[in-house]
Amino acid sequence: MLNSLGREIPEYIEGIGKLEPYQGALTKLRKGWMDEPTIPAPNKAYLPHQSKLCKTLEEAIIRSNPHNGMTVSFHHHLRNGDILLVQTLTILHNMGIREITLASSSLNECHDPILPYLKDGTVTRIFSSGIRSQLGQAIAMGVLDTPVVIHSHGGRVRSIHTGKIQIDLAVIPASAADCEGNATGSHGKSAFGSIGYAVIDARYAKQVIVVTDNLVDFPCIPLSISQNFIDHVVLVDSIGDASKIATGTTRITNSPMDLRIAKLAADVIEHSGFFVPGFAFQVGAGGASLAVAKFIREKMKTKGLKGSFMLGGITSYCVDMLNEGLFETIFDVQSFDAVVSNSLLNNRRHIEIPAALYANPFNCGCITNKIDVVVLGALEIDVDFNVNVITGSEGKIRGASGGHSDTASGAKLTVVVCPSFRGRIPIIKKRVHTIVTPGETVHVLVTERGICVNPAFKELEENLRRAGLNIKEIHDLEIEVDQITGIPAPLEYTDKIVGIVEYRDGTIIDVIRQLKE
Amino acid sequence: MKPKIAAQSGTFESSDVIVLIEPLPENSGRKIEISSSVMHQFGASFNRIVVEMLDQYELTDIHLIAKDKGALEPTIKARLETAIKRSLDLQEGTLK
Repeated sequence: MLNSLGREIPEYIEGIGKLEPYQGALTKLRKGWMDEPTIPAPNKAYLPHQSKLCKTLEEAIIRSNPHNGMTVSFHHHLRNGDILLVQTLTILHNMGIREITLASSSLNECHDPILPYLKDGTVTRIFSSGIRSQLGQAIAMGVLDTPVVIHSHGGRVRSIHTGKIQIDLAVIPASAADCEGNATGSHGKSAFGSIGYAVIDARYAKQVIVVTDNLVDFPCIPLSISQNFIDHVVLVDSIGDASKIATGTTRITNSPMDLRIAKLAADVIEHSGFFVPGFAFQVGAGGASLAVAKFIREKMKTKGLKGSFMLGGITSYCVDMLNEGLFETIFDVQSFDAVVSNSLLNNRRHIEIPAALYANPFNCGCITNKIDVVVLGALEIDVDFNVNVITGSEGKIRGASGGHSDTASGAKLTVVVCPSFRGRIPIIKKRVHTIVTPGETVHVLVTERGICVNPAFKELEENLRRAGLNIKEIHDLEIEVDQITGIPAPLEYTDKIVGIVEYRDGTIIDVIRQLKE
Repeated sequence: MKPKIAAQSGTFESSDVIVLIEPLPENSGRKIEISSSVMHQFGASFNRIVVEMLDQYELTDIHLIAKDKGALEPTIKARLETAIKRSLDLQEGTLK
């Protein structure tokens, strides 16, 4: 069957179940409720003064009823410094556990060592918002029989509520925790800031292990994760590589191309009609996206304009803007460096939020619904403004859905920033390889070669033209870029589906097919 | 023409190509090694450009290595021309 974006979606996939085709960004939400029932979270009982401390991670896992076919979940707040996911799967593998469903909020390069477990049947299904590196390549080539499911950060919460993801064991690394399992990422030698993605795992998993390298006296404050959901606590030497947990993503790019794009994007925002006192703002941490914040900061100071809140992946740059009084509040679901952890711990206007409050579409209002302006990147965008952030030009899975579609659907102004081509590969396509974010939620594309406004938003285009910005029709820009780069030979795929991309409401927006060798 | 010396042009940077040329003894033929980050998408046109340039300068006994990181066609041609002229000792002006 075809979804409303014209993508062929199978009705049923073995190991996944029935699929519902995407029918529009807000179609399912208009009803006001979710038809799928919410499964109950487990109820447990502990005796007074019963100890939760385990000597090793292995002991905690043994106490957690490991079994074939289990689902194991993780959060990715340690980014590329995480070591516990690999350790946990290695322990399970050595115990002979098979057919594990891996449900990590995302996967990074540091998880490449689990590739042998995909090959030998230890791990047979994966739910994640992102997959990269060797795992992304192997999955694109068809290493798993069951397709991986790519979800957004908000969509993951929904999947856990509805039981699409039923977590048997959640392993939650924390940079500080106490003997009862109260835990946080906001202080300690391995501090990583917000632990927002793990909150839903703690609530819903049948067994929850908090792992820390910093066991503090009871109680561990703040109670980012609270003890009433935690079964076991483990003290280890290290939860990860501190230098990779807080990688320096907050330095503003000095790439002339990224700065040029960012400058244009800031001009777009300034003249869009949404750059008004009290506006809410989100930017990503990468390249051009973060650089937009630099120009917006200057514009806010020049105009004496103050915003309401910043949301999302929070960088030290956002913290600076909070401290300068440019924004009133930060809502932080994921933090990017040590400065952010300090701010989260010490500034009461810097608020840690769980993924559900951040972006789950099925509740009484996630914060992405309140965004005025969001700036997002893209691996590819097509002439219908559909965005791909998951598959690369070489056909591998090499990105993350993350909060891309969540924030785009909520924002009054979604600005996508990207170069018109990268390393000779045109970024503006007639048709993106994989749709993650539907074009109807993208308002404007900013490239170094011109700005394209989604024709559905006439007033925006009018505002930008009046400001004298270089507006081009996206079809024209697509042709212009093809003439510069030449037309690349298409990639070849088999019919086998290796991944399905869920939209945040649980419908299927696209599938990823196996790359031919 | 006969290349006189080993020569190179270009860089390993993204969107550039590095070209290395060395003369081979007579009747050795052309030995061409091309690697590219966009081999699948643009490999055929890259090969064609190399052959055309070598034909243009009538270079037959030559070892050419090109390592491409997504250079555009004008860049590829310019890097090839520079490497060829350097190896023929024909370079002038800024190529020298």
